[in-house]
Amino acid sequence: MPMTDTLVTWSTIQTAIAEAYLVAAICVVLLIDVFAGDKRPGLTSTVTLVALAVGAALTAHFGHIRHHAVLFDGMYVADELGYVLKLVGFLVVAVVLLYSRSYLEYRKILRGEYYVLALTALLGIFVLVSANSLLTVYIGVELLALSVYAMVAFDRDNGVAAESAIKYFVLGAIASGALLYGMSLIYGLTGTLNLEEIAVKLHSPSSLGVTLGLVFIVVAVAFKLGAVPFHMWLPDVYQGSPTSVTLFVSTAPKIAYFALTLRLLAHGLQGTTVEWSQMLAILAILSLVVGNTVALVQTNIKRLMAYSAISNVGFIVLGFVAGTPSGYTAALYYTLIYVLVTLGTFGVILLVGRAGYEADKLDDYKGLYQRDPLLALVMMMLMFSTAGVPPFVGFWAKLRIFQALWETQHFWLVVIAAAMSVVGAFYYLRVIKIMYFDQPTGEAPATVRSMGVRLVLAVNAAAVLILGVLPSGLLDLCSRLIH
Amino acid sequence: MHGLLSVLIWLPIVAGIVVLLLGERNIVAGRWVSLIATIATLILSLPLIVGFNTSTADFQFTEKLEWIPRFHAYYALGMDGISLPLVVLTAFITIFVVIAAWTVIEVRAAQYFASFLIMEGLMIGVFSATDALLFYFFWEAMLIPMFLIIGIWGGPRRVYATLKFFLYTFLGSVFMLASLIYMYVKAGDYSIGHFQTLPLTLVEQRWIFVAFLLAFAVKVPMWPVHTWLPDAHVEAPTGGSVILAAIMLKMGGYGFLRFSLPIAPDASRELDMLLISLSLIAVVYIGFVAIVQQDMKKLIAYSSIAHMGFVTLGAFLVYDIVRATGSVQGAGMGLDGAMVQMVSHGLVSGALFLCVGVLYDRMHTRQIADYGGVINTMPIFAAFMVLFGLANSGLPGTSGFVGEFLVIIAAFKASFWYSFLAAVTLILGATYTLWLIKRVVYGPIGNDRVAALQDLNGREFLVLAALAIAVLLVGIWPAPLLKIMQPTIHHLVDQAIATKIPL
Repeated sequence: MPMTDTLVTWSTIQTAIAEAYLVAAICVVLLIDVFAGDKRPGLTSTVTLVALAVGAALTAHFGHIRHHAVLFDGMYVADELGYVLKLVGFLVVAVVLLYSRSYLEYRKILRGEYYVLALTALLGIFVLVSANSLLTVYIGVELLALSVYAMVAFDRDNGVAAESAIKYFVLGAIASGALLYGMSLIYGLTGTLNLEEIAVKLHSPSSLGVTLGLVFIVVAVAFKLGAVPFHMWLPDVYQGSPTSVTLFVSTAPKIAYFALTLRLLAHGLQGTTVEWSQMLAILAILSLVVGNTVALVQTNIKRLMAYSAISNVGFIVLGFVAGTPSGYTAALYYTLIYVLVTLGTFGVILLVGRAGYEADKLDDYKGLYQRDPLLALVMMMLMFSTAGVPPFVGFWAKLRIFQALWETQHFWLVVIAAAMSVVGAFYYLRVIKIMYFDQPTGEAPATVRSMGVRLVLAVNAAAVLILGVLPSGLLDLCSRLIH
Repeated sequence: MHGLLSVLIWLPIVAGIVVLLLGERNIVAGRWVSLIATIATLILSLPLIVGFNTSTADFQFTEKLEWIPRFHAYYALGMDGISLPLVVLTAFITIFVVIAAWTVIEVRAAQYFASFLIMEGLMIGVFSATDALLFYFFWEAMLIPMFLIIGIWGGPRRVYATLKFFLYTFLGSVFMLASLIYMYVKAGDYSIGHFQTLPLTLVEQRWIFVAFLLAFAVKVPMWPVHTWLPDAHVEAPTGGSVILAAIMLKMGGYGFLRFSLPIAPDASRELDMLLISLSLIAVVYIGFVAIVQQDMKKLIAYSSIAHMGFVTLGAFLVYDIVRATGSVQGAGMGLDGAMVQMVSHGLVSGALFLCVGVLYDRMHTRQIADYGGVINTMPIFAAFMVLFGLANSGLPGTSGFVGEFLVIIAAFKASFWYSFLAAVTLILGATYTLWLIKRVVYGPIGNDRVAALQDLNGREFLVLAALAIAVLLVGIWPAPLLKIMQPTIHHLVDQAIATKIPL
């Protein structure tokens, strides 16, 4: 066993302040919701936002760590990457909840469950981000997944949402099974659950047993990320869930699944990089091709964004295919940018919708420019960003991935990724075309005009532009976190 | 004068944002801001000409700031003999785009002016960037305003045209980006100068050349990837057509001179026949296509493709001249011709599109058949249109003659048949242009609507007169232009014929 302190002291709690605090916060929010939630529907929402802000402040103050520390019998790792990702997690969930509020109000589903589940999911994300053992990984994966399954179904009168939740749950259970089975094989062959010890023990070329275990783990990771051919749940969940849940599913968990891939494959199983990077290469190519081509024919914007997510996952996976710190940096950068842009995109979708009007069809966005220039402008910036057009930040994300692939001489992957980003550009442009070039159809209700939310959205879009013109800071940060 | 190039780039962009913020309600103020900003940009670009040192091929007026230290990417700008004329051309033409749109654009006018101002800044950025990443940044960002310009203010099939325009150019650029990153990984920074001296094997050069070819051929556009241009031109508003033809097409030609020839000289030597053939096809075949067009804008669009064929032809004649004559003396003549042709085409095609715009604003049709005898009601306009038509067909004394003449002489040095085919275009050019003029301008008054036409107003007269002076000036006295380009072209020839293959 590596050197760890088994006692729970203030210093260990301090390093794991985010998780410890969040557990307490969840209890408080739950209690408040039980006793006061029905009387004052907005209270839970406000309390949760305050809780997140306090959590971020506490983490920033106590949880900052520059070195690499292993705690709790080697189950938990604290490093700067974890620290930053947790802060990002707080921020992303807070923004998600801000964007969601009016949507939930209009549909009379502004209930405490949504907020509590968001917090438990966030706890799952934190556990994954700091996982240093197969067990911790599994706990994190399940905590996150179970919270999200419930979130998808939390609008209980909505048949479509229930159907997506069941689909998600059944397929997710299979993936969990695959993950456990793969882990059990690795454990059986190495005799340890600790990822750092596994990293020392496994070497390429790996035995048949290890390869088999690896296959199951890669399948599970691909499922979680939504990489083709394990993507079947993703479009249905995106489309079927209430949009506020889609917003959650499409953002915060991506950070966790990036961390999962990094901790489990890139670090724990680094001895078998050659094997898994080949598997990931196939997944990446399929994701890019299927995601981008199927997105071309979508008429529902949530489904369109689902296929866009699949293709973007293809890019993130490409970063891992490179199998170098530079590649992981690229994947981290891409993930953060993707989350930033997706937040804004679904934020717009949420604000366009009204009571009884879901605004999930592309046609609902016809002439959005005339109806609400700000939302149209924000959406246009986000679409150009996702398409990878400068001066928006999505360009640098793609550039960084290309660079990682060139450094490792992946010629054909560059060509395929480049070609597919042109195909992708088409459907992003189509959204812009619908908003800017088409005439509004007439009956669409006014968009949500809440100043606070619009301000956040404007800041979100401004970040996409500013990080696009001056990308240096975030690029440096990502690079420092990985190395 | 330090920071001058930055001012030229950011002044129009900031002005564009101001116009956008002023909004549609303050459109009068917005117009004036646009006009003042574009005129200020032109005036500020004049010190570039005055202060330009014509004895060196080095970049001048350079600026260098750290941009992304991790990638060793810099905000690096500079001017040399091939970028200077294009920057001034950009500043010059944009003024007329603003004036031409003055009261003509009624829908979302503030955004229209803002788009063009931002475009101007980005285009100047493309020509002045000496860092490949910065170049690409401007190069791609330019697509956004153009996409909106065609899509919002264009004709009936604007959506189809603008999507086609965007996707074609995006396709080309993505592969260029891939090859730029490849060279960055080898060279360690994004400086174009370092890329030009970076040793590359023939195989690497071939791939890079092909990637660049995709990007630049689409922009020029060369046959067979030219099909986006007629669609985009026909559907674009007048200003959009002018900027497309006068400046954006030049980006392709500029790219060949700045990137393809110096970075992949061995591949260029190997593949020059391909480029020359494609150029000659563009010159001859597209010339025939232009003759049969029914739509004035489409005709000028095809004529643009044919004229740009001269640019690519001139650029890649270098190797055949060296092969045929055995010396580098005069090898740069094709390049000289290419550059002059770019400037001249910028002026002439811009002017012709503005002429079509003048007619379209009055009659709301671009069909040649709807006109006839315009000279009877619009004699001043007719004089301008005839002048630009003659310039388009390469009449001596106009700018059109200089470029074509230089390229044809260079082609003759390389091979008789090149020059024969290239010279055929003079006949074709005269055919389609003069036939257009004959059907639109001359003859008896075609119909009642032509009979009711008003001649040019002061604003239109000013625009066409300024362009006419420029066309004649370059045609009669091209020496200053050639002198500015001289050292850079010499240097470019040296780079193009040297080998970069590591031993």
